[in-house]
Amino acid sequence: MKSTHRAAEPVDEAGPGPQNESNDRALVEARGLTKRFGEFVAVDAINFSIRRGEAFGFLGPNGAGKTSTMRMIAAVSPVTEGRLEVFGTDPATHGAEIRARLGVVPQSDTLDTELTVFENVYIYGRYFGLPGEVLRPRISELLEFVQLAERGDSKVEPLSGGMKRRLTIARALVNEPDLLVLDEPTTGLDPQARHALWDRLYRLKQRGVTLIITTHYMDEAEQLCDRLVVMDQAKIVAEGSPTDLIARYSTREVVELRFPVGVQERIGDRLDGLATRSEVLPDRVLLYTDDGDRTTAEITRRELAPESTVVRRSTLEDVFLRLTGRTLVD
Amino acid sequence: MLPVPLRVVEANARTYRRTWKGSVVTTFLSPVLFLAAMGLGLGSLVDRETGARALEGLAYISFLAPGLLAATTMQTGASESSWPVMAGIKWIKTFDAALATPVGVPDLVAGHLVWVAVRLLMTSVVLVVVIASFGAVSLADALLAVPAAVLTGMAFAAPVTAYTASTEQETRLSSLFRFAIIPMFLFSGTFFPASQLPDWLESVAYATPLWHGVELCRGAALGTDATLPVAAHASYLLAWVAVGWSLSVRSLRRRLLP
Repeated sequence: MKSTHRAAEPVDEAGPGPQNESNDRALVEARGLTKRFGEFVAVDAINFSIRRGEAFGFLGPNGAGKTSTMRMIAAVSPVTEGRLEVFGTDPATHGAEIRARLGVVPQSDTLDTELTVFENVYIYGRYFGLPGEVLRPRISELLEFVQLAERGDSKVEPLSGGMKRRLTIARALVNEPDLLVLDEPTTGLDPQARHALWDRLYRLKQRGVTLIITTHYMDEAEQLCDRLVVMDQAKIVAEGSPTDLIARYSTREVVELRFPVGVQERIGDRLDGLATRSEVLPDRVLLYTDDGDRTTAEITRRELAPESTVVRRSTLEDVFLRLTGRTLVD
Repeated sequence: MLPVPLRVVEANARTYRRTWKGSVVTTFLSPVLFLAAMGLGLGSLVDRETGARALEGLAYISFLAPGLLAATTMQTGASESSWPVMAGIKWIKTFDAALATPVGVPDLVAGHLVWVAVRLLMTSVVLVVVIASFGAVSLADALLAVPAAVLTGMAFAAPVTAYTASTEQETRLSSLFRFAIIPMFLFSGTFFPASQLPDWLESVAYATPLWHGVELCRGAALGTDATLPVAAHASYLLAWVAVGWSLSVRSLRRRLLP
């Protein structure tokens, strides 16, 4: 049997045992991971490792390489270069074994619209070789969990977008996966549906399911992810917990100033020294500061007279925009 | 545990339970209409005139029925491997769903083609009963043509799957039927012996898999000798299955696992 081992496997001090192996080893480990489509480089030599039980996020604008990375992890896209291990094995040689332990929620729903809610999960469960007597009670539980218990016999077609996403999640859980991979799970959903979905994902996390999530919603990443990487143009540009990243790439608070028409252009250097960093946008000025109140007091003292002043906490969005820029990506 | 390709067959069978009604009309109604219009209607004319001599005393409907069996399995095999495959790849992406599980592309192709073989078997058996009820051929004789009919359908199902897998635009599927399947239906010996064709077209007809399928089915059902030895016709059809099968795996892998 072919298997990939790290060159210098650390010796486990607590002695061998299945529990130690599973706890110490990264669930997913990538070194120099690269994906090219012809000349186009989708993922450019990235490194990351994902631990058991954590919720790990891939953030980035469209085309940053998030989905390509996810597809390689899910063993449905061959690695062009570099090393990738999922559950300690190589997706190129152990794809089916990896997929057997994985739950996948793809970006667009891949439900069979001609079948019922129950049948969709049942057939999917059969692909894993699970017998009917295991599947039937499990599907009832799963539909209960995603709040679709009453819709088991409904056709999939008329379900709302949120319901279809929840069904896709139920389907992805049918093999009781060790790792759940979600590619933009809430894109296109209304706020109620998003919150319902976050709540379910949070519960899964509490149960110890490892989650990998790609998103371009910063609030989603802040809500769900213990750790995340920000990708831009095929590379990882930052890595850490949401709080870490905010501390490292932004300030504690942001003061947003709006000036009457024509005033902002004449403000010149009168903002100097007010904040750690400032950003002049067409419609407003952002002042990144660790003490919003002191900054606003200083604004009053300098008699800058903005039309409105908003002090808010820094968010991941500030980090994201700083790292990936404000240019539109289509 | 069920072998992986059979899990795909099962999924197809479960889906079919929901969708079979749509396929019944196209699969059975059209041969019934052809047998009635061509076999009985046109046949009464053929049998009375010089046609009877060309067919060596065989009733036209008896000549037609095994050919129609082959032509129908061709259409079933081709249509089961065009729109449903495109739906799996592109429209509802059920192939993507399956590939996220332990199912791999070779399993997916094998499962699909085995399922099509099952469908062809079901279709041929019912057609044989229809043919027998028209009095075209006895039921016992017609049943002998079933394996040949299934093989004929598979000789189309496999390459059409490969064609669909490598086609981006769905309009190409209609073109396939318009420019390949329907001309074959008309000119590959189903309605009249290919020897009636002008020489150049005759050799084209001999190259089509349908002609070999028609020869096999007719030989089996009527107990006559096929033009070539049975093994030669069957090998030719099997070659189409084998090449189509391996091209399907290649194209689908390229398409779905980039």
